[in-house]
Amino acid sequence: MDVQLEDSLLIKRYIAGDEKALEALIDKHNQRLSSFIYSKVNSRDITEDIFQDTFIKVIKTLRRGAYNEEGKFLPWVMRIAHNLIIDHFRKSSRMPMFNGADSFDIFSLLGDDKLNAERQIIKDQIDCDLGMLVNELPADQREVLVMRIYKDMSFKEISENTGVSINTALGRMRYALINLRKIIEQNDIVLTN
Amino acid sequence: MRKIYVTEKSEKNIQMADESTIKFLLDYSKSLKIIEAEGIKFESNMN
Repeated sequence: MDVQLEDSLLIKRYIAGDEKALEALIDKHNQRLSSFIYSKVNSRDITEDIFQDTFIKVIKTLRRGAYNEEGKFLPWVMRIAHNLIIDHFRKSSRMPMFNGADSFDIFSLLGDDKLNAERQIIKDQIDCDLGMLVNELPADQREVLVMRIYKDMSFKEISENTGVSINTALGRMRYALINLRKIIEQNDIVLTN
Repeated sequence: MRKIYVTEKSEKNIQMADESTIKFLLDYSKSLKIIEAEGIKFESNMN
């Protein structure tokens, strides 16, 4: 709870013109955000770039007065970073790089590990169905499940952001999964690719 | 239960953004001006 209050206080100060508050916000979330980005992209340089772009978006949004997350600053920042990571992978898959080797292999350039159109449609449908199932969960369970699965947050981070103990967060996750299985079984839903 | 599920981050995965990146962000913030005219917000960077 304290973490949320502190973030909202720093945001208010920053919007009011206190640049030190921005420094405090960056320092506070530097390690968590950098580690999250690095865990996805596995490159120091790209991590720096995405970290920088994430905070440029944060700064612009705060300064424009468009921020409205009611105390959940870190999940919001993580979401921005997550979207930028996806953009990065999209861009890099559109521009394949070939690193010179002794024997040139054309198939190293032509390889395609993307899903074909049919499988992509099936995957999109499953993602969509799963999203609807998740929305059926009680709000407290849904919140924990989304933070854990979609935002890749640890239970310690979830506990800090929701203001509940780690054991409560674990319990909510457990019941969220049990309830999801129940809904799937009761409605004979098939989620396979 | 907590022992089973809480995953401690390994040292090699702990990362911090470079000081130069943070300095850039702080300078960027200082130089950014948002000007509103007739309901439209314009951004400009003043060095």
